[in-house]
Amino acid sequence: MRLKAKQLVHVAIVCGFAAFVGVSFIAEMPLGQTMGKTFATTLLQMIKLIPCAFVLIALFDVWVKRETVERHFGSGSGVRGYLWCILLGGMTIGGLYLSFPVACSLFRKGAKLSVVFAYVGFAGVCRIPMTMFELSIMGPTFTAVRLGVSIPLIIATSVVMGRILQRHGYEVKE
Amino acid sequence: MIVLYIITAVSLTVSLIADRRKTASALQLAAKRLGKVLPAFLTMIVLFSVAITLLPHPVLMRLMGKDSGWRGVAVASCLGSAALMPGFIAFPLCGALLGRGVPYMVLAAFSTTLMSVGVLTYPLERQYFGVKVTLVRNAISFLIAMIVAVVIGLVFGEVRL
Repeated sequence: MRLKAKQLVHVAIVCGFAAFVGVSFIAEMPLGQTMGKTFATTLLQMIKLIPCAFVLIALFDVWVKRETVERHFGSGSGVRGYLWCILLGGMTIGGLYLSFPVACSLFRKGAKLSVVFAYVGFAGVCRIPMTMFELSIMGPTFTAVRLGVSIPLIIATSVVMGRILQRHGYEVKE
Repeated sequence: MIVLYIITAVSLTVSLIADRRKTASALQLAAKRLGKVLPAFLTMIVLFSVAITLLPHPVLMRLMGKDSGWRGVAVASCLGSAALMPGFIAFPLCGALLGRGVPYMVLAAFSTTLMSVGVLTYPLERQYFGVKVTLVRNAISFLIAMIVAVVIGLVFGEVRL
């Protein structure tokens, strides 16, 4: 596997760190030893969770096709439109920056402005892969409260924003 | 954490019964992705270990610790708005900070602004939505993040009205 430049930088940092910690343990420098110990405990903690999250994300990707959602989404309006929106937002990968082009294409396909903004909001807040990590690390209460509070607020503000902008003939540009 | 193992095991079993080849390709995909993010992931832990060791515990605690209260939320939400970080790095980081005594409320402010407010993505967002709508959308997202943080604080008993 060929490594990209960015990955090489990461590999270099990790190797440099490993060398520093190694020297620290031989020379008995407390600073490097503490860093090494912190690294080991943090890594151990995460190794227990991360493989599960990646397997779940991959299963989701294999079984649910993006096109399927987009097709269903087009006809959906009203409450159902927002429900599809949550799902579509949840399937967004990457982050906010990837949700803008999708929002634009939704708008072009005739989606309501409020639905477009709701989608951007959901793409930020309820991306499924991210939520998997959150769930396993922060616990179900944290995730439930976060989603329970933000989803209604996103829908409410998107509806208001959409209505006002629609009246002004606003358009999402490319 | 055991819940996660159970969910994974059940999903994997159901998927395996339904379609063996699809399951195999899913596992391959998972391994490939994990391999791809591994360097970035290890770097994150390295930076975290270095920062935590060099940054004196009292300073961190004063900024974002148990008694930081609203100042902690303010600091965390500014950091979250400015940073650009994928979720697979952000939440493990939150978990590590949680272990250091940073309250749930502060972490909620950090993670929610991180995901929905984009200072660094502003130039991109402006191209699609225009300046005004971009500013309004980010302001609204910031407010929503604050509300989420307050509710989390109430639910976890970290603040009282």
